[in-house]
Amino acid sequence: MNREMTGAEMVVQAFADNGVAHVFGYPGGAVLPIYDALFQQKNVKHVLVRHEQGAVHAAEGYARSTGKVGAVVVTSGPGATNAVTGLADALMDSIPVVCLTGQVPTHLIGNDAFQECDTVGITRPCTKHNYLVKNIADLSRILHEAFYVAASGRPGPVVVDIPKDIQFATGTYTSPSNAGHKTYKPRVQGDPDKIKAAVELMATAKRPLFYTGGGVINSGPQASRLLRELVRLTKFPITSTLMGLGAYPASDPQWLGMLGMHGTYEANWAMHECDVMINVGARFDDRITGRLDAFAPKSKKIHIDIDPSSINKNVKADIGIIGDCANVLGDMLDAWRASDAKTDTKALTGWMKQIDGWRARNCLAYRNSKDVIKPQYAIERLYALTRDRDVYITTEVGQHQMWAAQFFKFEEPKRWMTSGGLGTMGYGIPAAVGVQMAHPKSLVIDIAGEASVQMTMQEMSTAAQYRLPIKIFILNNQYMGMVRQWQELLHGGRYSESYSEALPDFVKLAEAYHGVGIRCDKPVDLDSAIQEMINIDKPVIFDCLVDPAENCFPMIPSGKAHNEMLLGDVAGDLEKAIDEKGKVLV
Amino acid sequence: MSTPDATTTHYPAAPASERSERHTLSVLVDNEPGVLARVIGLFSGRGYNIESLTVSETEHQKHLSRMTIVTTGTPMVIEQIRHQLERLVPVHRVLDLTVGGPAIDRELAMVKVRGKGDNRVEALRLADAFRARVIDASIESFVFEITGRSDKIDQFVDLMLPLGLVEVSRTGVVAISRGPLGM
Ligand SMILES: Cc1ncc(C[n+]2csc(CCOP(=O)(O)OP(=O)(O)O)c2C)c(N)n1
Ligand SMILES: [Mg+2]
Repeated sequence: MNREMTGAEMVVQAFADNGVAHVFGYPGGAVLPIYDALFQQKNVKHVLVRHEQGAVHAAEGYARSTGKVGAVVVTSGPGATNAVTGLADALMDSIPVVCLTGQVPTHLIGNDAFQECDTVGITRPCTKHNYLVKNIADLSRILHEAFYVAASGRPGPVVVDIPKDIQFATGTYTSPSNAGHKTYKPRVQGDPDKIKAAVELMATAKRPLFYTGGGVINSGPQASRLLRELVRLTKFPITSTLMGLGAYPASDPQWLGMLGMHGTYEANWAMHECDVMINVGARFDDRITGRLDAFAPKSKKIHIDIDPSSINKNVKADIGIIGDCANVLGDMLDAWRASDAKTDTKALTGWMKQIDGWRARNCLAYRNSKDVIKPQYAIERLYALTRDRDVYITTEVGQHQMWAAQFFKFEEPKRWMTSGGLGTMGYGIPAAVGVQMAHPKSLVIDIAGEASVQMTMQEMSTAAQYRLPIKIFILNNQYMGMVRQWQELLHGGRYSESYSEALPDFVKLAEAYHGVGIRCDKPVDLDSAIQEMINIDKPVIFDCLVDPAENCFPMIPSGKAHNEMLLGDVAGDLEKAIDEKGKVLV
Repeated sequence: MSTPDATTTHYPAAPASERSERHTLSVLVDNEPGVLARVIGLFSGRGYNIESLTVSETEHQKHLSRMTIVTTGTPMVIEQIRHQLERLVPVHRVLDLTVGGPAIDRELAMVKVRGKGDNRVEALRLADAFRARVIDASIESFVFEITGRSDKIDQFVDLMLPLGLVEVSRTGVVAISRGPLGM
């Protein structure tokens, strides 16, 4: 359908036509026409955040928990620069977001006009793609293209920078076509020969391991379903990255837990010893591989990824399969069944026995206490008391994030929203706002640190305004715990600037934001306090005072291999465990 | 924190056995604003080398430009560069001319030489030997135009140095595959 309308009306129409029900944003001079158009309609609901970074994180939370594209509108200049952290976050974690930025009128571009910045220049390296719209005739096509590019292939953020005069101008609106894009046509179907070769290799495996990542989640529920089918059919053990949690149920006996820097002993040792690795939608990030030249040294590697540049980037794949996880997993299942490929059951039994040996180390064990709440215990209780509910978890960044990944068990995809690639403190509250907006009836909890939450605390106000009963569960250790842990291990225990001084009274803070504050500092009170939090139909800040000295283990120190992992027990002798070479790594 | 140098880091860029190679890439892109910035930003942002880069519109009707990029890296890095370029939305195709069969590459340079007497005669004689053309002349100077492979131009410039070389302007490499097929 082609219709005459203003650029601002096209924006709103394009939102509606691309399935956007909620848009997160913040007004300003350069987007006033868009806000005027939003005001005059009912299809698209605008959610007013308190900082543009929050708008993007909220859109990310929305996108990750629904599988839809998150939408954002911000103004020019500071609105756009404030959004940059969110965009970089979405790029690193491959989250589909369309962010519209206002721009000064076209005739002023380049003149250092009020609130002008080179938005496409600034956001070029932190978006999948971006556009500056210079002609109203291009606007509707670009808007539809933005949604297409954000969602297809490896998803990511797309910025459309729209000068104010273009928003006022009148032109012809064209509806989205499913023609796709003239150049951007990601390959989604895997090469059948390589799939066949992969299945043959899997059938020869004596010590196989699935290593899955965020790609399985991004691909959609079908990919998780097929993954489960393939894992159960082959009986191979499986581990996943931080981003991939939930694709495979944590309660299943074949599940080894997360791998990587703070992954489980069994997952990392299995990675080190495996002879065939099947990487599905993960990218051999340095947090996973540790020391590259000692990474999974005995393995042949199958790597499935939708992004050709992921294959052979850090680690050479023996079989690289480019395609969407769901398609490739489906084809692998067919190929496995069609051939008479069989798992080497005898070898697998031995392999599982070996894995059980590692499991028996009980690497997540910690010394509990009656007097002080251990952070691990807090997460265990939080999990136990919420596991039968419809629950979504977001996190901030730090020790609490790793403990959440270790102790909260996910059975389903899209329930776990954390900033993995960029590691953005301040992600959790706005992400929870976005998740709760999409799932008003669900229990949405931000597992947080007392330092991180102060980066985007103002989004409590957003939660209050829209009656979003998000729960901010702070593991308050009075330290930037992860920084303190590194300083303990690497810098002689000199805790330079990592103490959380002059903390606000989080209970009063919650009340100031029209929410409810709960404080708990005794293990005996924890269950009832958590129960109370769950029952409150308002935003809650839960100030859980935990042991300030606790460290997060297991840990593979920077520059070390998987078999050089530190366990909690050896904490006494930690400093020697990291050598000079490891210290320079982040 | 200090910066890790190549000897202290535990993240080797590539196994030591892989040597750096020079490759010429042909990249077909939409001729739209910002496309050059995307490509250059990709190279600087990811720490790839650019030895030479040329770009010009080649098909006006279709708004297509063609870039020729000469880069160096280990085979793994070269493969990365190709895939990273293909990931850019306005990029149509990337062809590695160094592995894609025989290819021809050329560069054009303008070389200004100032001198009198024997030097002037010698410069002209050498220019003739290199098939360089005189495109500007004054009583005490010449501007030569020379086309050829980069190493030939290097050689010519070296020879002009003692004869009064003033300045050089070079186009960078353009390249195309041999045979009847296009990219
Ligand atoms: C925006 C940002 N700044 C700095 C960092 C570096 N950093 C990583 S973890 C961390 C400490 C987080 O402290 P807290 O939120 O209290 O979590 P804890 O580790 O104590 O659980 C810091 C400063 C970061 N990840 N993000
Ligand atoms: Mg803390």
